[in-house]
Amino acid sequence: MSTKKQNLSSIGKKVLMALTGFFLMLFLLQHLSINLLSVINADMFNEVSHFMGTNPLIQLVLQPILIFSVVFHFVWGMYLEYQNNQARDIKYAKYKGSANATWMSRNMIISGLAVLAFLAIHFYDFWLPEINTKYVQGDMSGMLHGSDHFRYHEELVAKFAHQPIRVILYVIAFIMLSLHLLHGFQSSFQSVGFNHSKYTPIIKKLGNLFAIAVPLGFLIIAIYHYNIHPH
Amino acid sequence: MNLNLKVWRQDSPQEKGKMVDYQLEGISEHMSFLEMMDVLNQQLIENAERPVAFDHDCREGICGSCSMFINGEAHGPVKGTTTCQLHMRSFKDGDTIFIEPFRANAFPVLKDLVIDRSAFDRIQHSGGYISVNTSGNTQDANATPIPKENADFAMDAATCIGCGACVATCKNSSAMLFVGAKISQYALLPQGQVEAKERAQNMVAQMDSEGFGNCTNTGACEVECPKGISLSNIARMNREFLDGSVTK
Repeated sequence: MSTKKQNLSSIGKKVLMALTGFFLMLFLLQHLSINLLSVINADMFNEVSHFMGTNPLIQLVLQPILIFSVVFHFVWGMYLEYQNNQARDIKYAKYKGSANATWMSRNMIISGLAVLAFLAIHFYDFWLPEINTKYVQGDMSGMLHGSDHFRYHEELVAKFAHQPIRVILYVIAFIMLSLHLLHGFQSSFQSVGFNHSKYTPIIKKLGNLFAIAVPLGFLIIAIYHYNIHPH
Repeated sequence: MNLNLKVWRQDSPQEKGKMVDYQLEGISEHMSFLEMMDVLNQQLIENAERPVAFDHDCREGICGSCSMFINGEAHGPVKGTTTCQLHMRSFKDGDTIFIEPFRANAFPVLKDLVIDRSAFDRIQHSGGYISVNTSGNTQDANATPIPKENADFAMDAATCIGCGACVATCKNSSAMLFVGAKISQYALLPQGQVEAKERAQNMVAQMDSEGFGNCTNTGACEVECPKGISLSNIARMNREFLDGSVTK
């Protein structure tokens, strides 16, 4: 039996989706851990933010990998959705998708595009101003203008305090992220071939926990900063 | 019971088809779904119309021929059955029933509800076999020790009847449950190891070239499979494929 040569196979495609998914889930955990500090201790949040924002390894190595993963996961996901739609030209007159699969698993494109829309707002809110301050204006000090303390915590609070529309948009986005993760977490393991009678049920439970706890953490932080700071 | 049927009618692969309404009266709840279709066809013949073409053979749930998409589900609303094992007691008097062929570009409609599933045969030809010397000196299969658990899992995978319900129900028209089962039944046994490195590579390549979609792990195939083939077979296929990609 000789091996047939082929371009990137259907399995290779889903493995790439899973691997970038794993990396993005790790990133979410890291992002949430640091953001939780903003609720617990403003000084600690400032110091960690300054470290993350100025450390060359994080800025010049991890950040480009992250940007690549985000762009790849979105573009690849949309490409696969398009390709999968091409596999059935004549649709069913009646199709009962809910009879055998969850809404989350059938609508990853919807929850995914919602997260993409959120990322546009999120980049506009935080990432672009950060890049502007540090790399366009060249201010790497991390200090608030005309003061002797860090700017990060105040900038975060200013975005949410008395900003109901932004908070609502963020909350909706975190719910969509949760729906995406409810399928995505366990699906990533299946895609790389990890399925075991003993461990898969644990992975599914862990996935549900991750998919609910992580977005809930972000959601609580946004609502906390909306409510807690009198201006 | 009386029924309103909406049935896909298509004269040939080249012509466009459409859903056509039929009324049926006096259907017994003890009839199988295919017997109900026989009654419909008898009625059509008596009215000098062309009967509805549909695949069927054993009518005992083992051949995988009957391939109808009934009310939005492959093989109808009852899980773990083929269409021939579905009975009219699963429906109510006055129900409207949609009857469509299994749909996927890789399964072109030949006539009415009959589809061409030879894509599955070509996938099998590309690697779904083992090389055994059949010159008359064939060793007794039981002479090779195999752990009971592996033998059971291989047998479970081998119960796939190739009906195509997995493809029909998948929102992506993916054939990975079928191919996963066909790879697993050999991957778990020592007899299957000779071609193991190439088998997944070749069968997946053939599957992709037939135009099936990509699996997104919705799990719909596992739920609709009349033989209860598990998603773990897809994960095993992924492992076998990755193993072959890296080591071959």
